[in-house]
Amino acid sequence: MAGESGKIDPMYQFKIESLAPLNIAGYDVSFTNSSLFMVLVLGALWLFMWGGMKRDLVPGRWQMAVEGVTGFVNNMVTSSVGPEGKKYVPLVFSLFMFILMANFIGMMPFGIVPGVHPFTVTSHLTVTAVLAVLSFGTVLVVGFWKHGLHFFSLFVPHGTPWWLLWLIPLIELFSFLIRPFSLALRLFVAMTAGHVLMKVLAGFVINGLNAEAAWVPLVVSIPSFILMIGITLLELLVCAIQAYVFALLTSLYINDAVNLH
Amino acid sequence: MPQISQIIDTYASQFFWLLIVFGLIYFTIGRGMLPKIEANMDARDRKIADDLAAAERARAEADNLEDGGSAQIAEARVAAQAKANEAKAKAAKDAEARLAVADAEIGAKLAAAEADLAKASAKAMTSIESVAAEAAADIVAKVSGAKVSAAQAATAVKVVLSNG
Repeated sequence: MAGESGKIDPMYQFKIESLAPLNIAGYDVSFTNSSLFMVLVLGALWLFMWGGMKRDLVPGRWQMAVEGVTGFVNNMVTSSVGPEGKKYVPLVFSLFMFILMANFIGMMPFGIVPGVHPFTVTSHLTVTAVLAVLSFGTVLVVGFWKHGLHFFSLFVPHGTPWWLLWLIPLIELFSFLIRPFSLALRLFVAMTAGHVLMKVLAGFVINGLNAEAAWVPLVVSIPSFILMIGITLLELLVCAIQAYVFALLTSLYINDAVNLH
Repeated sequence: MPQISQIIDTYASQFFWLLIVFGLIYFTIGRGMLPKIEANMDARDRKIADDLAAAERARAEADNLEDGGSAQIAEARVAAQAKANEAKAKAAKDAEARLAVADAEIGAKLAAAEADLAKASAKAMTSIESVAAEAAADIVAKVSGAKVSAAQAATAVKVVLSNG
């Protein structure tokens, strides 16, 4: 967080640092702080799901929470894809829960322990791009698997007037191809912007307190601190919403692939 | 922005670890744990639906029984009414017959009594006749001193009585 000069660099939180160097086939696949937080996400998610595995007839609180989330994702997929969507629940659930957990773990105040920096996995374009490619790739595979070349009829919506047949497929194709980019960028930008904003506000609070003039903390730090509480709550909301949007769009895209238009 | 400035140095590590982690999530959690949780939820939903259906069936059965019961009660009431009417009619007929028998008996008794009475009165009449004849003979003897035979007196009294 703190640079050498005592300045607060809001971008430092996104820096990837190698923790255990590893090299496979000429590629640098070191275990980094990013990898560490991915593993933490996996552990947290596994723990969460494990608590819901008691499989009682009358669920306890934890089981209720797990069943609430699984029911939510199940509902989302089946309502947008239909009964055929059952097959894709594991994928959408994994995407949703991974993004949700990564977002929330990135928001946890690990920073109060000296030397520990929280890291938001989903604020990295490389990560969101892989997730988006997974989502988009599923759509392509399912679409061509189920419909073959007929899948291209996706680009000619029903009721297209014949004199627009040269334009509409182009627009549809473009909007189709832009999907992975919009998926990846939306999540990446939302998480990055939120964390930068929070870090900047936190910088205001700290720098204000460190200022020599006595009025600065009053005028700068306290309002910034109050604002930061609100922004933090908003960020928590954004964490959930971004995970939801990603999962919802994925299920809508899968619907296109399964049912065409 | 480290996400972009570090991209060349870190993409391999990011992809590698993300694919490992996401693969684990997808295969152990998404395909391993999730179906079990969903199966449990489905089983619960099915159980609830079954129980509700059973309760509904039991209620319908109870309603049915109640309907049958009230029908039976009505039937029994009708039967009882019929029986009561029958009994009443029978009793009335019985009473009538007995009344007729009693009537006849009473008639017979009355006739017998009347006959007795007539006999008694005839007997009385004859005894009156004989008494009157004796008295007449006595009166004649006392008044005229003539001896009137009992037979004469009797005929004379008979004549008077039948005239009178």
